[in-house]
Amino acid sequence: MPVISYREALNQAMREEMERDPDVFIMGEEVGHYNGAYKVTQGLLNHFSERRVIDAPIAEMGFAGIGVGAAMVGLRPIIEFMTFNFSLVAIDQIVNNAAKIFQMSGGQFNVPIVFRGPGGPAVQVGSQHSQSLESFYANVPGLKVVMPSTAYDAKGLLKTAIRDDNPVVFIEGETLYNSTWEVPTTEYLIPFGKADVKRVGQHVTLIAWSKMVWTCLDAAKELAKDGIEAEVVDVRSLRPLDHDTICSSVAKTGRCVIVEVGWPVAGYGAEVAYQVQRACLDQLDAPIERVTSDDVPMPYAKNLEDEVQPQIKDVIAAVKRALYLA
Amino acid sequence: MVAVQMQDDLRRVLDDDGKVLLGAKVPQVSDEMLHKIFDTMMLTRIMDDRMMRLQRQGRLGFYMKSIGEEASHFAVAPLRPSDWVFPSYREQGAWFWRGYSVTDFVNQMFGNEKDPVKGRQMPVHHSANWLNLVSISSPVGTQIPQAVGAAQAAKIMGKDDVSMVYFGEGTSSTGEFHVGMNFAGVWKSPCIFVCRNNGWAISVPREKQTAAKSFAAKAVGYGMPGIRVDGNDILAILQVTNEAIERARAGEGPTLIEALTYRVQGHSSSDDPSVYRDPKEPEIWERRDPLARLRGYLKQRGLWSEAAEGEISERHNQAITDALAAVDTLGPPPVESMFDDVYEHMPWHIAEQKAWVMSQERTKSPHYHH
Repeated sequence: MPVISYREALNQAMREEMERDPDVFIMGEEVGHYNGAYKVTQGLLNHFSERRVIDAPIAEMGFAGIGVGAAMVGLRPIIEFMTFNFSLVAIDQIVNNAAKIFQMSGGQFNVPIVFRGPGGPAVQVGSQHSQSLESFYANVPGLKVVMPSTAYDAKGLLKTAIRDDNPVVFIEGETLYNSTWEVPTTEYLIPFGKADVKRVGQHVTLIAWSKMVWTCLDAAKELAKDGIEAEVVDVRSLRPLDHDTICSSVAKTGRCVIVEVGWPVAGYGAEVAYQVQRACLDQLDAPIERVTSDDVPMPYAKNLEDEVQPQIKDVIAAVKRALYLA
Repeated sequence: MVAVQMQDDLRRVLDDDGKVLLGAKVPQVSDEMLHKIFDTMMLTRIMDDRMMRLQRQGRLGFYMKSIGEEASHFAVAPLRPSDWVFPSYREQGAWFWRGYSVTDFVNQMFGNEKDPVKGRQMPVHHSANWLNLVSISSPVGTQIPQAVGAAQAAKIMGKDDVSMVYFGEGTSSTGEFHVGMNFAGVWKSPCIFVCRNNGWAISVPREKQTAAKSFAAKAVGYGMPGIRVDGNDILAILQVTNEAIERARAGEGPTLIEALTYRVQGHSSSDDPSVYRDPKEPEIWERRDPLARLRGYLKQRGLWSEAAEGEISERHNQAITDALAAVDTLGPPPVESMFDDVYEHMPWHIAEQKAWVMSQERTKSPHYHH
C-alpha cells in the first residue's frame, strides 16, 4: 500500500471528488495559481480550470458567503481558509447562515459546503495564527465538525465531507501536512461519527483528535516501557461524536484521559468527559483527567509556546494520576 | 429636517402625479404587465395594513411594513423565473410577484402547522425555493455575497441566469456589502444589487451611513455602473432593471441600483419614528406615493377605473380574510418537527433528544441522553 502525505491525501480526495461530480468546485485565497498556501490544492488549477478552481480576493467573509450562495442554488463548494483562525472573519456566514439555512427555510435549502483549512498551533506563529477553534464550531447545531489525524483519515473523511449534504467544518492539522500514512489506491470513504482506535491497550484510554493523537501515541510508547498499555481513541468526528467507541473503551480500561490542544474552559474535551461519566461512571476507577493548553493566548517565544501546549510528559503525568501512580 | 431634494442624476420617467416627464423615455411594458404590477402593489399594501393591525391587536408578535416603497419591489418583474432573488425583509411585493400565495404569507406570520418554514422564523422572514426566492436572514447584508455566489454558480453551470439582491442603504455600511460588491466587480458576476435607500436605518438617517455623494456613487470603487433611480417611479425602476439585467445576461457584469425612496412608517412594529424624526418628512413623501403615481399613469392611459380598483381591493381583502379564517382552524407546528431539518439525516444525539422530549411530556431532556 502506498505511503503518502496528509497533504497529498487531501489533494487526492478533492481531485477524485471533482472528477466524480462537476458540481464540486474549490475557492479560496491562493488556491489556484499559487497551488494553496500549504500546497494542498497543488495541480488542481491545471487539471481542472479557473471555472472550478477559483482564486478569490482576500476576504473570507466574501468567499464564505459566495460559497453559501452557490451551495443554496445547487453546487457543492469547497472553501479553503488559509488558516481556520481567519474563519472568524466569516463566522456570520458559517454560524448564522450555513448552519441555519436548512432549518430556517423549513428544509427547503440545504447547504452542502465544506469549509476546510489548517487549524491548531503550528510553530511560532503567535496567538492569532495558533487557535484551536473546534470547540466554537462543535457547539453549533447544523454544522458537522471533523478533524483527521492521519493521511488515511484525511482522505476518507474529506471525500465524505464533500458528498455530505450539510455544511462541514473540516479542520486539518497545520503540523500534520507532511505526516505520512498508508493510503490505498482503491476508493474508500470514512463515515462521520466513527472514532478510530489508533492503539489498543487495557490500562487507560487516551481520547484525542488531530495533532494530539500523535502526542498520545508517543506518550503511549513511553508508558509501555513502564508496562502501562494505553488505548488511544481518535475521535476524528467531533460532531456527530462516536459515543459508543469512546465509552466502550473507557468501560474496558476504567481510566480516561482526554487530551486537546485547545483551551480548557468550555473546551470540547469537557463535552467528551460529560458523555464518558454519564455512560461509564460505574466502570471508572479514577476521575477523568483532561490535558489542555493553558488558558492564555498563544505566545510566540518557543519556550513559552511549548510550555502552553500539552506535551508528551503532560500526557504521561495525567495517565499516572489516573492510575494513582503519581 | 427637510426631505432630501431629488437630484439631477436621478433617473425618472413619471412626475409625482404619474405624468410622463417631458422627454423621458418610456420603457416598453405591456398593459397586462402594468395591470399585474398595480394589482400586486395593491395586494402588498393591503396585506401590510391588515398584518400591522393584527400585530397591534396582539395576534402577531412582529411585523414590518413596506408602505411607500412598493415600486422598488418590482425590480424583480423583468426577471425570468429561473433567475434567483435574494431579498432583504421589506420586499413583500417581490414575493407576491413571483407567486407567493396569500395563504403561505399569512401562515408564515403565525408560524403555524402550515407555515412553509414550519414555525422557525420571525414574521416576514419567508423562504420559497420553488419560486427561486431565498431564505431571508436577519443579520443584514449576509445575502449580498450569497447572491454573488448564486450568480457565479450560474456561470460555473454554464447558464445565463442572473441574481438580484435587495438591501437597505444602512446595509451598505456593512463588510458584506463591500465584499459582495468587490467580488462581483472583479469577477463580472451577473448580479444586480438593488439598494433601497429609504432614508432611515431604524433611527439612523442616511447621512450618518455614508459621506459619499450617493449610494450609487459607491459603485465606482467596485468598477461597475451605479444608477440612481426614483424608487417611487415604477416605470423608471423597470427601465433601469431591464438595462441591468440585459448587461448581466450579456456577460458585461454587475450593476448597483440605488432606488431613492422613503420609509413612510416605522422600521418595524417595535419602532416609533416620532421620537427621532420630523413628522413633516413622511408627509412630503406621501405626495410621491408609488401606488398613487402608478394609478395616475394608468388613468392617463385609460387603463384604470374605480370599479376595477374596487374589485382588486375586495378580492385581496377577501383572500386575506379567508386565509385568516383558516388560521383559526390550524394548530401550531408539532413539537417533534423542531428536530427536523437541522441535518439532512438526524444524528443519534438529536434522535435521542427527540425521543426523550416526546416521551416526557414537555420536560427538558437532561442534556442529551444515551
